[in-house]
Amino acid sequence: MTEHTGRHASSQDQNETLIMPAIPGQEQPAEAHRAAGRHSSGAGAAEAGQKPAWPVPGSGSTWGDRDGGSDWPDTSDRPARDDRPARDDRPSAPGPAASEPRSASPAPATHRNGSRGARPLRLVWVYPDLLSTYGDRGNLLVLMRRAQLRGHEVEPVEVKSDEPVPEDGDIYLLGGGEDLPQILAANRLRADGGLNRAARQGAVVFAVCAGYQLVGHQFGGVDGEPMEGLGIIDVSSGRGEQRGVGEVVADVDPALGVPRLTGFENHQGVTRIGPGARPLARVSLGVGNGDGTEGAYAGKVLGTYLHGPALARNPGLADLLLSWVVGPLGQLDPSAEEWARQLREERLAATAG
Amino acid sequence: MSKLPLRARLATSIGGAAGRVSRLAGRGDGSVIGGVLGLRVEPDLLRLLAQDRQVVLVTGTNGKTTTTRLISAALSALGQDVATNAFGANMEAGLASALGRAPDAPYAVLEVDERYLPAVIKATNPRLIVLLNLSRDQMDRAAEIWLTARRWRMALAETDGCLVVANADDPLIAWAASGAPRVTWVAAGQQWREDSWCCPECGSHLRRDELGWRCGECKFARPHSRWVLSGDTVIDEGGQVTELGLALPGRANRSNAVVALAVGAFFGANVGQALPRLREVRSVAGRYTQIAVRGRTVRLLLAKNPAGWLEAFDVLGPPPTPVLLAVNAQVPDGKDTSWLWDVDYRVLRGRRILVAGERRLDLAVRLEADEADFELVDGIDDAVDRVPEGELDVIGNYTAFQQIRAVLGRTD
Repeated sequence: MTEHTGRHASSQDQNETLIMPAIPGQEQPAEAHRAAGRHSSGAGAAEAGQKPAWPVPGSGSTWGDRDGGSDWPDTSDRPARDDRPARDDRPSAPGPAASEPRSASPAPATHRNGSRGARPLRLVWVYPDLLSTYGDRGNLLVLMRRAQLRGHEVEPVEVKSDEPVPEDGDIYLLGGGEDLPQILAANRLRADGGLNRAARQGAVVFAVCAGYQLVGHQFGGVDGEPMEGLGIIDVSSGRGEQRGVGEVVADVDPALGVPRLTGFENHQGVTRIGPGARPLARVSLGVGNGDGTEGAYAGKVLGTYLHGPALARNPGLADLLLSWVVGPLGQLDPSAEEWARQLREERLAATAG
Repeated sequence: MSKLPLRARLATSIGGAAGRVSRLAGRGDGSVIGGVLGLRVEPDLLRLLAQDRQVVLVTGTNGKTTTTRLISAALSALGQDVATNAFGANMEAGLASALGRAPDAPYAVLEVDERYLPAVIKATNPRLIVLLNLSRDQMDRAAEIWLTARRWRMALAETDGCLVVANADDPLIAWAASGAPRVTWVAAGQQWREDSWCCPECGSHLRRDELGWRCGECKFARPHSRWVLSGDTVIDEGGQVTELGLALPGRANRSNAVVALAVGAFFGANVGQALPRLREVRSVAGRYTQIAVRGRTVRLLLAKNPAGWLEAFDVLGPPPTPVLLAVNAQVPDGKDTSWLWDVDYRVLRGRRILVAGERRLDLAVRLEADEADFELVDGIDDAVDRVPEGELDVIGNYTAFQQIRAVLGRTD
């Protein structure tokens, strides 16, 4: 049993704060659970069938609160490391500071058990047979490519819905799906328990659309009735009045240092973010969560309504997920980014009018 | 026609006139505007025009237009007129227009948009319904396919005296059709399986082997088929094996042809009579057309969704025949290009790939991820000029395809 579960910063990391991706909301829940004599981070708390007990002062924080006042929710309950300079102006690849040869040997102690060592980066695509409606393979391909370009060996794992979800993955991907497949997937994942355990142990979870909804506490069923989710992240979804279909542009929480998001959404769900999670971004075009925010994150769990797929159109988001596993990333050769850069430019220009 | 009430006759003739004006103005084949006006005059027009005919409805994600054409060809062997919406205008207005243009045809073969099938069944009281396949397509505006299958199943359960001809190899189709009182199953094959890994009945993972598919948990399984596509041959309900020998290329069209032969047989046109008519079909609404342009032979393929692209790849000339891929994302195409990531482009490695269309950058990022070399081009003319004399295959989605047809029309 390792004690630094979910911990991101190690002593070696301290002088790298400027280029380390932030994971706000991560430390505090872990600390709280440790204080309570538990090993897990907050992510898996709902496995016990209840709301995770994220310790959040003023947990009356609601939906409505998020729209009032400042552009971003109050951050006072989060650790000081979030105060590092925002990097929202950085290019898709990490800035120059990350271009040191360090990339050849990933920073240590960033993985949850610190023993990933030389084994390949394990990318687990959860239930492509149920949750793969919107080009979701693209997110896997982009993560693979961007990891490989930096010299990381990658092992993609596709877990079909009749197979157990392995617990030793580094990044878990969940895609979009229709109502019935979404319900089936939620039921099977809950019965299997593997994803919850992996998330509790600090694995990265990236969930899109229906996948985003089902990693929350609840989501809307075929006729809008509440269905039980996995409770991996403190969000709850229900059926909205109208379907949100179209291009989305959204500005990411500056603490994450990811450039503006561009993507496409197609969902009828509205999502309310609980006190244990934070909005990923604020929409300037599109619907997102339905309250002006888009997606959510807590610790290393990140959900979004964006497909497109999201990581193909937002390489910065892909790099954020990778860095949560391997630490600071080396800069890519600009030629490897050129098509993605042009696509982003074209999409953002097309949606600017 | 003479049996039609006065208002329906008026509606038909107004619609017909508008359609002719539209065609003369060069605004398409005129079937939609004609139908829209006709329906405004007589909202019940479709039902009135369909009554007293043998109506065949054809629906599914891919192959509707081609199969409609092949069924019309099969029925032409009976020596009777066939009303049909040959140009793919497949919503209510297009159907009314097609029927209005052939008021005395005893047969009607109508391609129907997936979403409208339940309503069109009610309006036309069909004799036969063809269900081809269901896969992801234009998710930003079409209903999700499990939902579509559920609606079909409910609508088909109420059909009486109507035969359903359905592809037994597509689990979602089999599930939808098994709600119908009478079904003729056709083993027409299924190349694209990404939308049918799970049992439509209970959601469990489907098992597949050489005998087809079956659910490991509930009893739902591939129905026994009376018609079978086997390689380039059809095995008919009498067990007779016949070489298809179509002019249309590709596995998907052999599949469509077997369905058409099953429909023809139901109406009395046996394989020996119908197949020669099918073999005469060389292009369908511009698809598969070969056009000579400045020493190149350009072949046009329409592919609108991942399953369609897979089928189009199946038809490409052997490497290194160059291929132009053209993608737009206008409303008829679906504004969401995420489906590009559902297509496996690695099969194109080893041939020259040219990329065009309004969303060519989406394709560029996609091809880069599949490590397939490509070059961006400005359109069909640019592509033609870049490739050596010989063949050039072109795959476009809906509006990209229409734009290329228009350009080549001028070139010719």
